[in-house]
Amino acid sequence: MRRSLLFLPGNNPNMLANGDILGADAVILDLEDAVSPDEKDAARILVRNTLRYLDYSRVEVVIRINPVDENEFWKRDLDEVIPLKPSLIMPTKVRDAAYVQAVSAYMDEVEERHGIPRGTVRLVPLIETAIGLENAYAIATADSRVTSLFLGAEDLTADLRCARTKEGSEIFSARSRMVSAARAAGIDVYDTPFTDVNDDEGLTRDARLAKSLGFSGKAAISPRHVGGINWVFSPTRQEIDYAYEVLAAIEEAKAQGKGAISLYGKMIDAPIVARARQVLDMEKAMQGGGVK
Amino acid sequence: MSKLVKSLEEVIQLAGLRDGMTISFHHHLRNGDFVLNAVLEAVARKGIRDININASSLFDAHAPLVEHIKNGVVTGLECSYMGGRLGRAISQGVLEKPVVFRSHGGRPAAIESGEAHIDIAFIAAPTADPMGNCSGKYGPSACGSLGYAFADAAHADKVVVVTDNLVSYPLADFSISETQVDYVVTMDKIGDPAGIVSGTTRITRDPVGLIMADYAARIIRHSGLLKDGFSFQTGAGGASLAAAKYLKDIMLEEKVTGSFGMGGITGYLVDMLNAGCFEALMDVQCFDLDAVESIRANPRHREVTAAHYASPTAKSAIVNSLDVVILGATQIDTDFNVNVHTDSTGNIMGGSGGHSDTAAGAKLSMIIAPLVRARLSVLVDRVLCITTPGKTVDVLVTQRGIAVNPTRAELRNRLKDAGLPVVDIHDLQRLANGITGIPAPLSAQGRVVADVFYRDGSRIDQIRQTSR
Repeated sequence: MRRSLLFLPGNNPNMLANGDILGADAVILDLEDAVSPDEKDAARILVRNTLRYLDYSRVEVVIRINPVDENEFWKRDLDEVIPLKPSLIMPTKVRDAAYVQAVSAYMDEVEERHGIPRGTVRLVPLIETAIGLENAYAIATADSRVTSLFLGAEDLTADLRCARTKEGSEIFSARSRMVSAARAAGIDVYDTPFTDVNDDEGLTRDARLAKSLGFSGKAAISPRHVGGINWVFSPTRQEIDYAYEVLAAIEEAKAQGKGAISLYGKMIDAPIVARARQVLDMEKAMQGGGVK
Repeated sequence: MSKLVKSLEEVIQLAGLRDGMTISFHHHLRNGDFVLNAVLEAVARKGIRDININASSLFDAHAPLVEHIKNGVVTGLECSYMGGRLGRAISQGVLEKPVVFRSHGGRPAAIESGEAHIDIAFIAAPTADPMGNCSGKYGPSACGSLGYAFADAAHADKVVVVTDNLVSYPLADFSISETQVDYVVTMDKIGDPAGIVSGTTRITRDPVGLIMADYAARIIRHSGLLKDGFSFQTGAGGASLAAAKYLKDIMLEEKVTGSFGMGGITGYLVDMLNAGCFEALMDVQCFDLDAVESIRANPRHREVTAAHYASPTAKSAIVNSLDVVILGATQIDTDFNVNVHTDSTGNIMGGSGGHSDTAAGAKLSMIIAPLVRARLSVLVDRVLCITTPGKTVDVLVTQRGIAVNPTRAELRNRLKDAGLPVVDIHDLQRLANGITGIPAPLSAQGRVVADVFYRDGSRIDQIRQTSR
């Protein structure tokens, strides 16, 4: 379960020291945009030592690495962090399937070097360019490590040459397309952060919109947004109660040898049962502190 | 008769200040105070020496004291709180005689009993009339309440009011009455408004502070104390204010009308009063302009004396009717003893203020502190200085868990049942040490530089010199 994914700058010791208790289901330790080129090595070491010495068991760890380019920062990022076995690596500026496969192949090498079973660390590609968006489904199905997609709207709108607005009408089609690509591939998909840290109402509105479009969760750039995102993406008490009733009803139908059943006058069909199971999985994960 | 005197030099002469006497000051002008420094300059100019200063608190603005100490003008200090600049000099041994620390409630008790005799009290007054009726609510240097000055006015042999806003007789809305005042002196400015009160105090944006504030508010919610008649005090620190804000939301949601908020009053408590969370505010000191405005305009916002606030020898004091207080700590130990006198290296940087008074009085005293601060654990085996004894501290709130004093088993169960992260204080210490490592103990220390007196007058601890 990843309702909220909180970005933490990889070069900020204070944030990293408390990153596990800020309420997010996952933290994204950032080696890319939050870190200037001359601090890349320091951030890499800080993130590595954070994972080595601090207890991050309460939260899922994602590492955002540098883009695949001639600097090859991304390889050094992977060299440092793969041995600590974070849940996910977030490659950036992902263009196409080959890009994902290149990252995955290097991860194979690093895992092998450290005696880690191949495929242990998974991927959440960050799609933040027009070409990446066009190739979203190919990216989603490029490699068995890919568990989910992530939409980055700041870079995307720059690439699309449109202004980024709070309302987000300029990324409406990108959002829908990402959800469609991810769901077609049978994986999760996470929404871009809301960037005004002082606008709690705007955050709630934006998170609700993302949820209504089918996103699995949403990123945050400030701990202040984590609670609001978790709230929006959590099932309500009524949804949980209803899910229990659905499962009880189909159990009862099974026991009585009935095929079709109804609840409150509404037919219980396979999608409703599947939705009920998702809600209860989520309830269980929430009780367990967040990490699935 | 006229009480008006032209200058501080003249009033020092008239009041009969001599070598070896004690003069007193209040700290309502906080870091913006000009009066203490101006009086001491005048004292020094007149060649008077060996002066003992009894100030309700001393701030960094009073750093010129260090020179007066070196020159022998000042040879003794008594206070409830001392800022870090002066504190460091004291810790390094600039003053031969140990500083006497008392709590905000202990100070008026000692003044009243004669244990802390004051020869001349200098009372900075943002507004006064020529007969000495004075108030903190009005004038360019307005500070609101004058709560800490009442004991000085009532018990000093001579009382001098120092003002920069002389109004015609009578100042009807006075706090301290002319019946206690011998002389009135005017200065161009008694203080710098920017240092006296903050424009607005703000709640913290630090995510760790907000987590602790959320825990604190939830502890209050589940303590069993949050019902009609509830009473509350909190400091002006960012996390404490955030806790007050969260508490306000809970009180409005649960429709709880409290009896009073106590303080150290900030705009946040004023908001709570105006929103109907409390029937009254009891104000010994204003921290910001909203509080000053409120005490001036709202009769339900009451100025109270330090003795009424917290004196252990009063027939009763407000702290004894307090349900919950939120307090800070520079260190806390596994017996829940709290240090707010020194930093982790033993240098003086604070003092009890009302810490030990409110902890003793309140039904639930809660310490909020981040578990690790600047590479060091706030939780130690033994605090460097006991400000507040652990038997009066109920709960420690950190971002990594809540420790409840073992003597409060019922409270611990309530908080556990409410799903709050209650942990044993030793486990919390192990967790902190796992992050920071265990620091080497401080090396042997020098002579005593301060005696710390608990509110009942007993000496609870001593602070030693940190370097020679």
